[in-house]
Parts: sequence; structure tokens; C-alpha cells
Amino acid sequence: MENKVFSKDEWLEGIKALQSEYKVFVPVKAGDFHKFVRLEEQTIPDLDYQNTRLSPKSLVYPESERMFEFSTDENDPDYNILKEAQKDFGPQAIIGLRPCDAHGFLIVKRNFDNPEYKDPWWVRRYEASTLVGLGCNEPCGTCFCSSVGGGPFDEEGLDVLLFDLEDQYLAKALTEKGSTLLAKLDGGSEASDKELSKAEEVKKAAQEKISSKVDTSKLADKDVLELFNAPFWEDLAFACINCGTCTFLCPTCWCFDIQDEVYQKIGDRIRNWDACMFPLFTLHGSGHNPRSEKFQRVRQRFMHKLKYYVDKYGNGVQCSGCGRCVQFCPVNIDIRHVIELMNSH
Amino acid sequence: MLEYVDKIRETARKLLDSGTVEVFIGYKKGSVPMMNEPVLIKDPDQADILWWDSNCALNLCNYLTKRKEKIGILATGCNSRNIVTHIIENQISREQLYIVGVPCKGMLDHRAIKRAVDNKEILEVSEDADTITVKGRDFEKTLEKKEFLQSNCAVCRHRNPVLYDELVADLVEEQEGVDPYKDVRAVESMDPDKKWAFFTRTIANCIRCYACRNACPLCYCPTCFVDESRPQWVGKSIDPTDTMTFHFLRAYHCAGRCTDCGACERVCPVGIPMRQFTKKLNKDAEELFSWEAGLALDQRPPLDVYRPDDYNDFIL
Ligand code: SF4
Ligand code: SF4
Ligand code: SF4
Ligand code: SF4
Repeated sequence: MENKVFSKDEWLEGIKALQSEYKVFVPVKAGDFHKFVRLEEQTIPDLDYQNTRLSPKSLVYPESERMFEFSTDENDPDYNILKEAQKDFGPQAIIGLRPCDAHGFLIVKRNFDNPEYKDPWWVRRYEASTLVGLGCNEPCGTCFCSSVGGGPFDEEGLDVLLFDLEDQYLAKALTEKGSTLLAKLDGGSEASDKELSKAEEVKKAAQEKISSKVDTSKLADKDVLELFNAPFWEDLAFACINCGTCTFLCPTCWCFDIQDEVYQKIGDRIRNWDACMFPLFTLHGSGHNPRSEKFQRVRQRFMHKLKYYVDKYGNGVQCSGCGRCVQFCPVNIDIRHVIELMNSH
Repeated sequence: MLEYVDKIRETARKLLDSGTVEVFIGYKKGSVPMMNEPVLIKDPDQADILWWDSNCALNLCNYLTKRKEKIGILATGCNSRNIVTHIIENQISREQLYIVGVPCKGMLDHRAIKRAVDNKEILEVSEDADTITVKGRDFEKTLEKKEFLQSNCAVCRHRNPVLYDELVADLVEEQEGVDPYKDVRAVESMDPDKKWAFFTRTIANCIRCYACRNACPLCYCPTCFVDESRPQWVGKSIDPTDTMTFHFLRAYHCAGRCTDCGACERVCPVGIPMRQFTKKLNKDAEELFSWEAGLALDQRPPLDVYRPDDYNDFIL
């Protein structure tokens, strides 16, 4: 696979030209933080950033998505018949996402795309996506990707990996999809040995800058009930306000809720992101709630990420170490601390 | 406000030791800069984890609702007003509480501080009486605290707790001559189209995570109207109409009760200034009913009593 070098201007011009074949998504600065938006005429991509406030998971799995539409008009021949809503599964390119967020997609994939179940929309959108990652020259103090199977220049789950070499990007194709995308870009030249070794240096320096480490090594061997009944959950949960910040910002949380909305005689069946931290999440129709207490909900979030998932898939924890929940949990419930509690229990 | 830490620890230890309280609610120092974690301790030996600085800006009253024990709790001006409101609304009883008043010098706006260093990652902060110093990988900057107060703190007229059993320090001087409603007046003066555009813009980024609602001690309903499904009052997707409905109704539910503590705004992961909505209602409560929430235990809030001289011009 090829390694190409582009000047930064060349690269930005190049991705603009991709718009004829892909829906292109890029990070932009929007007020105090960065977010992914569709590249359009006026968009100013900003690849000089640490990470987006919200993960790019919504580009494959929107926060609210119309699944079906239906008519509640009895005279309509299609009365009450669910018809799949129009959706766009055209090719899309996500440019400049971080390796941890690509890792996030792989984690979510185990849930939405496995031999038992295939989520038709997630799978089609994911397959239509080309993921162009950008290695992290300056990982945040809260990033612990390298403790959970990733790293600031990890290639897994990406189609292309970009190395920021000051005034150039070195683009490393990792898959067929990635090569196809690179082939469509004007300019660029084959990377020289010098540029390749510079990329290696940048990568090594970044790996050394990861200051946050966690130990997940003992989680798989723990007894699930012992962890479930561990004495620390109530204390840990005290501060939690059961909001959706941690789950909605997280690239690896996948839960949703399905709602019907009817306006006059037209109905939509919509799925919305849901969060195990919300009391409503497990409320039964009978009124009974098996997780009626806050500590039970907090325990669920962490047990799911750090134990049930570990046991079910045998492939590490359901966390890519992006650090978003660490930075933005409003009451500072820090998953790194929870991992330590669980791993050493 | 670091100087309060020793006194807070000593007080908590004493109260737990003597059995005056069974639990004590305060903060412990956070694991990331400008974040602190609310904590409940039961053992006097835990008192040393208690912490206080200019980023203790959640509302601890939020943790009192329907608790059964005898509780010691730290309370700044606004937090104490929410405690008063909680008592009036029967969410906790006065007898259960031992309120340790914290005369407040204002909390810091973590977003403004990050903005002052171009939103570069802050790895370390330290503060003294008047300044805060922030450090990152390639910068260090010292800022005057008074220029970086949360916007509610900058116009706060009740820094001192209104209800307490003891204080951790002498009362502070209240701010005179502040103009709390300048921003509200600016919105009031807009024509309807502009207002609508302003509201739409204000909430555009909202992800319906409900951190604002959940950080607020006023929101203790067993089932919030947004979660109600029979009937369903408001759609649950991120359709802007539904998001707007959530924000407006939430604000109305806080009318005459909000203390402008700023917790809702502080916790929002995407920085939405939803206090624009509650502040308008605070202003109305003040102008129409001479009411500021949570100042006294023996006065009923304007929206739960009838007085013959109540403002009634709005009745057609
Ligand atoms: S852990 Fe933090 S972000 Fe998550 S629900 Fe609790 S308060 Fe919200
Ligand atoms: S660090 Fe937090 S937000 Fe990031 S992947 Fe892990 S659990 Fe999710
Ligand atoms: S609405 Fe906001 S400012 Fe008002 S009391 Fe609630 S959290 Fe505090
Ligand atoms: S905290 Fe912010 S994002 Fe969350 S519901 Fe409130 S305004 Fe919306």
C-alpha cells in the first residue's frame, strides 16, 4: 500500500475535490470546541485540534434517526403499514478522525454487525464510510488509548492514517478503500525514506506523551457477581446526576430507544440514542424498574463496559480511552478510577 | 477560597465525631483541572478528603432530596437559597440539616478560562486569593479571578449563605450596584423574529443529555415531563421544536424557584447558556412579585400563594 506526502494546502484542496464522489465530513471549530460537519463551500476544516467534543459515531449512527414511516389514516390503503424511511447510504469520507474514534467504531461494530444480528442501517453506513484518521501528535492528559488496545497512531479500523509532519501530511493507505480515496486526490508525491522515518519519529514521540495509563488486565478473570456486589458502587455513584453526557459523548456507547411520533395522520418511527444512566432506560410497562436506584445505573454503565462486554466478546473493554467522559462528566466521575477499583477488587 | 479547606475538614470531623450529623456532603478534589467531585462522607477519618476552591460550582442541595439521615452540608449563598427552597417544598426538613455556611467569593467560569488560552488543554491549575494560574504543555498564564467569574457569580447579590448553623469564615462583603439583568433586557428588546432566531441559535447544539436539568436541585419530579409517555408532552428526538419545548418548559418549572446558582450552565457538555431562559423568569418574579427565591423560610413563593394585590395585568 502506498504512502503519499501532501502539502497541507494541497491536502485541503484535494479533499474539497472529493465532494463529487463522497459526502465529506471534516472537523471544524464551532465556538469553544470542534465538531464534525459536512464539507461545503464555506466550511473551514480545522485539523489542528485535539479531539471533537462529540465523537464521530453520529455519522454512522445518528442521535435521532427515522426508521419507518406510516399512515394512521384508515382510508389509506397502506394504513398502519411500516415503510422504511428514505435514507442516504452513499459513500462518505470522514477526514481527520482520531484513532481512538476509529477504534470506537470497531467496538460498536461487534454489537451492530455480528453473525447473530446485523443492524441494517449501521452496517450500510459503516460500509459506505472511508475513515481517514489523523494521528495524535499531542494526546490529551486524559487519553488512555494505549492502555485499552489502541494508541495515538493506531491503524486498526482506519482506511488511511495521516501523519502531521508540520507543513505536510503523510498519508498512509491501510485498506483498498483507503487507496481508492487517495488515488482520487490530486497532487501529492510518493513518500521518501526521510519522510517515512520522520513519521516514525512523530509516532514514537506521541506514544511517549501518553501520560494516562490504566490496568485492565485482571478484569476478564474476575468473578462477575463479586464485581456486581462489590462494596464500592454506592460511594462511586454518589455524585452522579444520571445525565447523558458520558454516554452521548462516548464513541462506544450504542444503546437506543424507539419512539413513534404522529403528526396529524402521518407517523414516524424514530430511534434515538438512549443512556443506561437515565432511569427511564429500564422502566417496564408495568411501572416496575429493575434499576430504580442510581447506583444500579452507574454500576450498569461500568459493568457493561468493563466486564459484560469483556466476557462476551473476549476482545478487551468497551472503551477506546478517548477520555471524553473523563473531561466532561460534570461531576468528575472518572472511568480511569473505576477501572482501577474494578481491576484491583 | 483555598483558605477554607482546613476549617471545612475540621468542622466535618467535629460534626461526624460528635454524632451531630451522620453524613457530611462536600466536595473532593477532582482528577482533572477545574473539576471537583461532590462527595458524601460518613467517617470522621474521611474528613481530610474534603476540598474547596473556586471551582466548587455545582449545587450540593441537589444531593439532599428525600434523604433520611441527619446531614451536614456545605452551602454558599446560592446553595443555601436552594436549601431554603427545598425545605419550603418539603424535599428535606430543616431539623435534618446542619448547614455549614461558606461565604462565597464567586466561582470561576471554566469555559472563559479555557478560552483565555485559546482552548488549549490545561493540565494544571493553581489559585491564590486573587489569581488563578493555568499551565499546559507549552504555556503558563496567570489570570485575575475577578475577570473570570461565572456570569451568575459576577452579578450575584447573595454571596453569603442566608441560612446556616455555623460559618467556615467571616461573612464576605456583598457586591453592590450589580446589574443582574442586562442580558435579559437585551433579549426583551428584540422583535419577535430576532428573539426566535436568538432562542433557536442558543439551543442549536443541545444534545438532550439533560445534564442541565439533572444538575439542578429544583428538578426532583419523580417523572419529568420530558420522560412522561402517557401522555407524551414532548418528542424525544433532537428535533429543534422538541428541544425548544424542553428548554422553555424546564425554565417555566423553575419560575420563582431558581436561585441563578449557575449549576445548569456549568455542567452543559456543549456550553449552552440556558440560564437566558431562567433569568428572564427570575427578572419577572423580582419585578412583578418583588421575589427572589430562597431568601426566607417563612415566605411562600409567589406561584404557590394568592395575594389580592398580585400582579394580574396579563389576564385578558
Ligand atoms: S457519570 Fe457523569 S456524565 Fe455520566 S451520567 Fe453520571 S454525572 Fe452524567
Ligand atoms: S474514555 Fe469514556 S467516553 Fe471515551 S471511550 Fe472510554 S468510556 Fe467512552
Ligand atoms: S435553573 Fe440553573 S441556575 Fe436556576 S437553580 Fe437550577 S441549576 Fe441553579
Ligand atoms: S446540558 Fe446542555 S446539551 Fe445537555 S440537555 Fe442541557 S442544554 Fe442540552
